Amino acid sequence: MPSEINTTETFVAKPRTLKDLRADIAAGAVKATDLAETYYERIAEVNPRLNVYLSLSKDRAMAQAAHVDQLAAKGDPLPPLAGIPVGIKDVLVMQGAPATAGSKILEGYRPPYDATAVAKLETAGAVLLGKLNCDEFAMGSSNENSAYGPVRNPVDTERVPGGSSGGSAAAVAANLAVATLGSDTGGSIRQPASFCGVVGVLPTYGRVSRYGLIAFASSLDRVGPFAANVRDAATMLGVIAGHDPKDATSSPALVPDYAAESDKPVEGLRIGVPAEYFSDGLDDEVRAEIESGIVDLQAAGCVIKPVSLPHTKYAIPTYYLVATAEASANLARFDGVRYGHRSQQSETLGAMYSHSRDEGFGAEVKRRILLGTYALSAGYYDAYYLKAQQVRRLLAEEYLRAFAEVDAIVTPTSPMPAFKLGEKTGDPLAMYLADIYTVTASLAGICGVTVPCGTTAAGLPIGMQVLASHLQEGTAFRVARAVETAQQS
Amino acid sequence: MTAKVTLKDVERVAELAHLELDSDEKPRMVGDLNAILDYVAELNELDTTGVAPLAQVSELQGAGGAGVLRQDVTLPSLPRAAVMSQAPESDGAFFKVPKVIER
Repeated sequence: MPSEINTTETFVAKPRTLKDLRADIAAGAVKATDLAETYYERIAEVNPRLNVYLSLSKDRAMAQAAHVDQLAAKGDPLPPLAGIPVGIKDVLVMQGAPATAGSKILEGYRPPYDATAVAKLETAGAVLLGKLNCDEFAMGSSNENSAYGPVRNPVDTERVPGGSSGGSAAAVAANLAVATLGSDTGGSIRQPASFCGVVGVLPTYGRVSRYGLIAFASSLDRVGPFAANVRDAATMLGVIAGHDPKDATSSPALVPDYAAESDKPVEGLRIGVPAEYFSDGLDDEVRAEIESGIVDLQAAGCVIKPVSLPHTKYAIPTYYLVATAEASANLARFDGVRYGHRSQQSETLGAMYSHSRDEGFGAEVKRRILLGTYALSAGYYDAYYLKAQQVRRLLAEEYLRAFAEVDAIVTPTSPMPAFKLGEKTGDPLAMYLADIYTVTASLAGICGVTVPCGTTAAGLPIGMQVLASHLQEGTAFRVARAVETAQQS
Repeated sequence: MTAKVTLKDVERVAELAHLELDSDEKPRMVGDLNAILDYVAELNELDTTGVAPLAQVSELQGAGGAGVLRQDVTLPSLPRAAVMSQAPESDGAFFKVPKVIER
């Protein structure tokens, strides 16, 4: 039975659009410094309750804002995100600002460099407010695995914002930033965006540089934006996307004007609906809203076609073998030697490694490292890791076959709306199963956008996931925009 | 192949991963791992004979990345002082750690 929202504890607030803010800043009607101050005031008021920000970078933010105001005063052309307040998930490094990855093992760590995506935002004029709370090392679907306390969903503070980029989603939903960056490995941008009622983008693997992203699973990790509307999310992607020589997996493909792509009509586009995403386990209210959204797309001139993705049910076990195996390798570097937490009074180097990691890592991280190590260990590698990589190819090929028939595929982003804090923390497997609609796209490397598509009777946000083939983000934005437009009428 | 992870397995794997679990964490971990491994055993329903493993999605048509390696030349990197400033213990040039083996 859906519970009623406690209406005294909701922090939902919609940021202004990039277009409006940009016009005001260019005209001098709004000073970037005043805008930044307004956001810091709201953060001071609201953050104690929502726990969205872990640290604030006020000096850097105000210096950038002052610089933008100078450009505006001179009448110089402004870069695309000039003066726009943005938050950064704490798995992305900002020089001199703390980077915890939501973990105690990096408490006190200050990176000596900027992530490429962060540097690109700064070049575009964005005002970087601070670092956002997330599940530890991006491992989680509720932001309850953060070593620094959970984030609360602004829509209903007794509920989770989703994860792992819970802080990034909640920040936009509560207008604690106009836009944010998060990361998505198995759904960590899409699912929280859907739980909080905002737009989240999963760029194609390699579309955005991973340089400066604290790695979880290197063949799955993506950096992507959150925003309050589709066009602004598209603008954000356009700023951070592009080839980076510092990331050997980054794509050399040119970056189109995603915002302009999102303006294009959807008439004649073929939309695939996979039956496997609409079967048992899907909440009835979610189903109803997504089906209604599909009807809207049809009314906008899309051709709706059933598609089949029969291997969908194997995606979760595949994902949890591939991701945990890669994580066990990536997290080996946290050993107390060069940065982060070092356990005191260890007699030997080996003991120092074990004690530092034991003291610094939370339970979910340890569980995944152990699972991954087991899957890779001698005698088990073929049965687990190799098998998973073979199934991964089958899943990816299945998507590519579907995309030969349709331009985009739409599904619910999550089988359920935001659940209550503590509801799933006792059962790791139950938490993993919540990722069922997002992990296949992660494994296949394709792109997608989640767009708000109605709410439950109790007012909990529902998201529609629009998936497109590799490097076809423009199509995903176009369809998502049509869904958004229909919602507003 | 059905999983039956024992306490000994968890201890062995923990050692490989340089993780130390305390006495109440271990039985929990045995339970969790068994539940997860039982679930992932579903993958055995699929016949994957002759299917090449997919480790890098960039190899898929249209995915557009991961091809050319850069030239093997030395380029400027991070300033040493900035990197060493994050070390728990160092002499400015080297990271200091406890001795490797017991004598």
